[in-house]
Amino acid sequence: MSDEFRCLPGDWVEVEYVLLQPADRATGLPEDTAAQPLRAWVKGFALADGMIGDEVEVETMSGRHVRGHLSATSPGYTHTFGTPPPEIVGIGRDLRVRVAEYRAKAGE
Amino acid sequence: MATRYEAVMARKGEIMKRALGMDYAEFEWSPIAFDYEGMMGAHGYTLEQIRGIQRAAGVGGTPLLELRNLTDLVRSYAEPGCGARIFVKDEAANMAGSFKDRRASVSIHLAVEKGFAGVIAATSGNYGAAVASQAARAGLACIICQETFDSRHVGQPEIVEKSRICEAFGAEVVQMTVGPELFFHMLELLESTGYLSASLYSPFGVSGIESLGAELAEEMTALTGAPPTHVVVTHAGGGNTTGTARGLRRLGARTEIVSASVDLSGLHMASDTDFNRKSFTTGHTGFGVPFATWPDRADVPRNAARSLRYMDRYLTVSQGEVFYVTEALCKLEGLERGPSGNTAMAAAMSLARDLPGDATVVVQETEYTGAGKHHWAQLAFARAQGIEVTLGDPADSVPGASIVIPERPEQIRATEVDLGKLHRSYVRNALRHAGEGYAPTPEDIVFMAEDTNTSPATIEEMVAGLSAGA
Repeated sequence: MSDEFRCLPGDWVEVEYVLLQPADRATGLPEDTAAQPLRAWVKGFALADGMIGDEVEVETMSGRHVRGHLSATSPGYTHTFGTPPPEIVGIGRDLRVRVAEYRAKAGE
Repeated sequence: MATRYEAVMARKGEIMKRALGMDYAEFEWSPIAFDYEGMMGAHGYTLEQIRGIQRAAGVGGTPLLELRNLTDLVRSYAEPGCGARIFVKDEAANMAGSFKDRRASVSIHLAVEKGFAGVIAATSGNYGAAVASQAARAGLACIICQETFDSRHVGQPEIVEKSRICEAFGAEVVQMTVGPELFFHMLELLESTGYLSASLYSPFGVSGIESLGAELAEEMTALTGAPPTHVVVTHAGGGNTTGTARGLRRLGARTEIVSASVDLSGLHMASDTDFNRKSFTTGHTGFGVPFATWPDRADVPRNAARSLRYMDRYLTVSQGEVFYVTEALCKLEGLERGPSGNTAMAAAMSLARDLPGDATVVVQETEYTGAGKHHWAQLAFARAQGIEVTLGDPADSVPGASIVIPERPEQIRATEVDLGKLHRSYVRNALRHAGEGYAPTPEDIVFMAEDTNTSPATIEEMVAGLSAGA
């Protein structure tokens, strides 16, 4: 059975792989970037079963076969609208008052 | 032995020649000059034909809205008699949520016409969604290469949302960590798949934006009796400025073109640590300045987006000013849109304040908003990265260290970029890329004058000054 840690063939998953090791990267990069490998993540349908971290091959939406380490099963999205920033919440209230005052004055 | 990176980069010319759907070599004149108009017209489509392609693709014909409340807000603090009318072209109403649909629709049309089975684009912006959406309609495969994460696997909520929407449209998204080698991987994918490179900077894509300029001229004439006096364009790679201005000109409009970017000076665009210290992933000076002064840094041999040809003024605004205006637009105009597209809106408020009341300022795009791609989400993320968010005078903000939200709309003040400096920088780059010891010909001088919208005399003076200083 597939779950958070394990995929079966046909499951929609995400794999991670290294495109370039630090020594193989472009020259002229800032030091912080040059010290890191260039990594990539892609989603696709698992072609075999595996556990998180295992090497698994996937078939992507374009039909490519990509090998990588299983990084997520049923990869979703968790980004949000955030919470109201205190510096922002009063803007609408204040500006509506200003526009109303300007119009009242202009109409005098 | 060459690394895999070096080996792929060495094959760049042959890979791109097949993948671009056209041969750029036939337009080359010299190491500096090329036939720009010849290249732009090589696809053979008239503006009307492009508009027809776009109508069939469900793109364009977006609403033009007058922002009466925002105009009155600006007039409440402008000098008497000042405060131009402000309008916006609601490009978020395009299928995939931005003006980028105009670019993508023409590239996808070409891909179908030339028999490509799929398309590939390298973009972290709205262009990915546009290509993915148009490819889905056309039944083509689509791969989007996206710089998404820093080395901790942390991504800007804005970019993560753009991954999501591409995947929603059925694209394969290759999410990568920070680095310019994104281009190398795109080449590998182009080579292994045989797909079309749907570059942002191809003549097909940039021609697709001309319809936006044309609509602005027609719709403003219908609404106000004349084309707009000013159009403000959010500026990054230069396509938006170039295509919009060309479209306005085709309709005979003598509109002043004002480009606008978020000021991110001091942040390194290829730095792993700086990557998540900015809240804007496009429409900023980190693209706007280098692409204006050296357009051919793009993923095509010659960039169709050449903004200095068309830019009459270039303004910068701060991140805090754009977030403020994004919220103001929601609450005053009932228009909730993505922050990046509102860069030009912040500049427009500053510009309109100084213009006479009968001037007309059009902000030529909006972009969709949603989870992640929202000013609240982006401010929360900035805070979590250790950026100081405060209320105050936005002029005091430091990109990468602080975001200052204005306390009052009067504090929204765009900064004028010295175009003369950009022109000089362009000439320096052109000479450097032509190779050591290359002496520009009279034809090169004329080309550089056209490419910067200056005169041959100005260019000659700059060339002389640069060689004297060298």
